[in-house]
Amino acid sequence: MKNDTTVERKSEREVVITRTFNAPARIVFEAWTKPELMRRWWVPKSSGITLLSCEMDVRTGGGYRFVFKHPTVPGETMAFFGKYVEVSPHSRLVWTNDESGDDGQLSTLTLEDRGDTTRIVLLEVYPSGAAYEAAKGSYDGMPESFAQLDELLAG
Amino acid sequence: MAQCSKAAQLDAAFAALSDATRRGVLEQLGRADASITDLAERFEMTLTGMKKHVAVLEDVGLVATAKVGRVRTCKLGRRRLDEVTAWIDRYRQLWSARFDELDQVIEELKLKEKERVPR
Repeated sequence: MKNDTTVERKSEREVVITRTFNAPARIVFEAWTKPELMRRWWVPKSSGITLLSCEMDVRTGGGYRFVFKHPTVPGETMAFFGKYVEVSPHSRLVWTNDESGDDGQLSTLTLEDRGDTTRIVLLEVYPSGAAYEAAKGSYDGMPESFAQLDELLAG
Repeated sequence: MAQCSKAAQLDAAFAALSDATRRGVLEQLGRADASITDLAERFEMTLTGMKKHVAVLEDVGLVATAKVGRVRTCKLGRRRLDEVTAWIDRYRQLWSARFDELDQVIEELKLKEKERVPR
């Protein structure tokens, strides 16, 4: 049986995603911090996206970069990239999303170990309501940004 | 590209919803149409301030206004609100799909751990 994923808009600039996994936090954390594992789930098969590379330097101040391709944009590669702001093994991972410039959201993953299961809370906070507003203008040239990701997956 | 502009429109709608007053206005208009003066009074702000909020909502199609005599009446533009909700649904589907695959990765890791450390 699959666990439910909930997505909730918490405020004008925050989205919260929650999910429970049937494993202790150290295992869930491992899957979020090892590139060879991350690349197996971050881009769902149903999306049609091909992940070309997945570089992750998981330590405070380290960077990450996922380069991918989508069939609707042939000949072009897109990327998600950013920096790890905080890396606390098995409990907390904080990273920036820099593909949208200064207006990208800050993602905070919290893992709550409950023995055989782990509840994760992923909080995505935009720098400000104004930044969120400003971000909308950059979407046309930013296929890798938030809204386009949705388009890619819906298509 | 049509797809891009649709995404940009949805994004604009989200931006429009990123303000507590504007969400309040939508909630209010969900109950009954109202003039900008009514809305300004209800939300305790100036007419100019409320006009700006309504303009943002109108730009993205969440609100429709019509001037009757000297009064501008506001009502909901229903369709766009549904689209915004649909966006959240699809965003949830993305995460759901990711996490279902993550489940498989986790199951494998659990198996490997068991092999390494027999209980």
